[in-house]
Amino acid sequence: MKKIETQEVAKIASLARLEADRATLERFAGQLDNILEYMETLHELDTTGVDPLYSPVQHPAPFREDSVHQAYTQQDVLGNAPESDELYFIVPKII
Amino acid sequence: MSTLTADLNLTELRQGLLSRDISVLEAVEHASRRIQETEPLINALLHVNQEQALRQAEELDRQGPNPARTLWGIPVIIKDVLATKGLPTSCASKMLQDFIPFYDSEAVHRLKQAGAIILGKANMDEFAMGSSNENSAFGPSRNPWDLERVPGGSSGGPAASTAAGQTPFSLGTDTGGSIRQPAGFCGLVGLKPTYGRVSRFGLVAYGSSLDQIGPLTRTVEDAARVLRVIAGHDPKDSTSAPVEVPDYPARLAERPDLKGLTLGIPEEYWDAEGLSPEVNQGCTAALEAARGLGATTVPLSLPSSKYAIAAYYIIVMAEASSNLARYDGVRYGYRDREAKDLIEMYARSRSAGFGPEVQRRIILGTYVLSSGYYDAYYRKAAQVRRLIRDEYDQALRHCDVICAPVAPTSAFRLGEKTDDPLQMYLTDVFTNPLNLTGLPGLSLPCGLGEQTGMPIGIQLFAPAFAETRLLQIAWTLEQELPRLPRPSGLASR
Repeated sequence: MKKIETQEVAKIASLARLEADRATLERFAGQLDNILEYMETLHELDTTGVDPLYSPVQHPAPFREDSVHQAYTQQDVLGNAPESDELYFIVPKII
Repeated sequence: MSTLTADLNLTELRQGLLSRDISVLEAVEHASRRIQETEPLINALLHVNQEQALRQAEELDRQGPNPARTLWGIPVIIKDVLATKGLPTSCASKMLQDFIPFYDSEAVHRLKQAGAIILGKANMDEFAMGSSNENSAFGPSRNPWDLERVPGGSSGGPAASTAAGQTPFSLGTDTGGSIRQPAGFCGLVGLKPTYGRVSRFGLVAYGSSLDQIGPLTRTVEDAARVLRVIAGHDPKDSTSAPVEVPDYPARLAERPDLKGLTLGIPEEYWDAEGLSPEVNQGCTAALEAARGLGATTVPLSLPSSKYAIAAYYIIVMAEASSNLARYDGVRYGYRDREAKDLIEMYARSRSAGFGPEVQRRIILGTYVLSSGYYDAYYRKAAQVRRLIRDEYDQALRHCDVICAPVAPTSAFRLGEKTDDPLQMYLTDVFTNPLNLTGLPGLSLPCGLGEQTGMPIGIQLFAPAFAETRLLQIAWTLEQELPRLPRPSGLASR
């Protein structure tokens, strides 16, 4: 049985804000099915009661003073925007 | 007396610069010429910062040598995933083709403070997703040892550049082997420090719990020098560890031999199906050299390693799908100008800006994090990650370092694995597990393969923050391993 069908790939892609033509989605579906089947091998391992490890960090997060300082200017931050008006990022119409 | 040649290493160039046998301007001009000669063949760079570098060189020459600055006057190439103030930082993606950061990544900042000159930005797999450099939006880089073969990935550009002698070292990043594997494929030393050893501030995020910055160099001593410069806590990255940074270069010679040391030999690596005879032969010879220096070897088992690729790719894709959500065409990066509304603009910008492998990983990452699949994939992979780390910790209580080949084969041919993403993932079998654990690893060239004539690499793994041990052992072993000739693919250059 297939792990993932083209229709589901299309749905996930749209959730991730990606769009693709039918042929690309079908190719992705075949490849993703193949990859997911390989990932199923994890289920051979019994992990009952194993605490998941999400980060290898072992030190406690260091705290710093919560002081205000200006690191960058508005001009810096807007400098790479595809469209801005010196004050704001400009985007296409929302409603 | 040093003379400028393409195989001059960092330590030699440093001596030449400090004694004023070589001026900084000469060093930068030499590197620039080398870039002009070799770039048409290897495509290792995405941007060359020649004018600014020449001006900086003249300025340093005017100031005169400063031995307190470890990298004074040394030209360097930076992987294009690290932010460089005022210089393009594209991640080899159309998405960031025109992106120019207004700040330096912390590692680059520290290189500059130490006197290094940023001469260029290196090619890579798009957003560091790949093992061959073939996923670059700007064409693959090629291996200086054989132009029909890949330099490895994702730091293929840095590896090809340093192997071709463009500069004495480069900076790369390693999320699942992306420093160690290309270093191995190109005959270089590649160091992935402990997760948390080097600040990730300004490293464009891919797999945030796995990414780590490190050097690609010609010698172990050079790697020690660079690590000393870039390591250490940074308040701008809370995962960077508040752990003291040893004087790595000063401590290298503390171990004149390997007497009393135990090297762990995991059967899952050495008996792996698919391990090529020439890699086995080259790495076995390196173990023999270690025994000759007084080391003992013990067999050990890391049984969960065989699940590392599956766990690694689930975790890295999940983190990638989340990290790459930021590319929305609003604040930076590519924007589709035809879209009629915001949602359409997001989708069209992302689909046109990202290449196929990046899109595959985002889709799979979104899938494994979606409700109904989260426990079966993402949580399960994180549990396996714990088992793998426990096994490595346990193994390192019975030996000083673990030894393994860097990859099952030497550098493969361009196009050989591009049709099947899974086949490409499987080439990471010996490098992925280490990133899951967060432990440090170093790859060391150990000769040329008998079948292909390509470089073979062996890697060493050590406990967290034991880079000193890693570097000392590698430094001692290096002296007994064959010295590589100049890369054969550039013989006429």
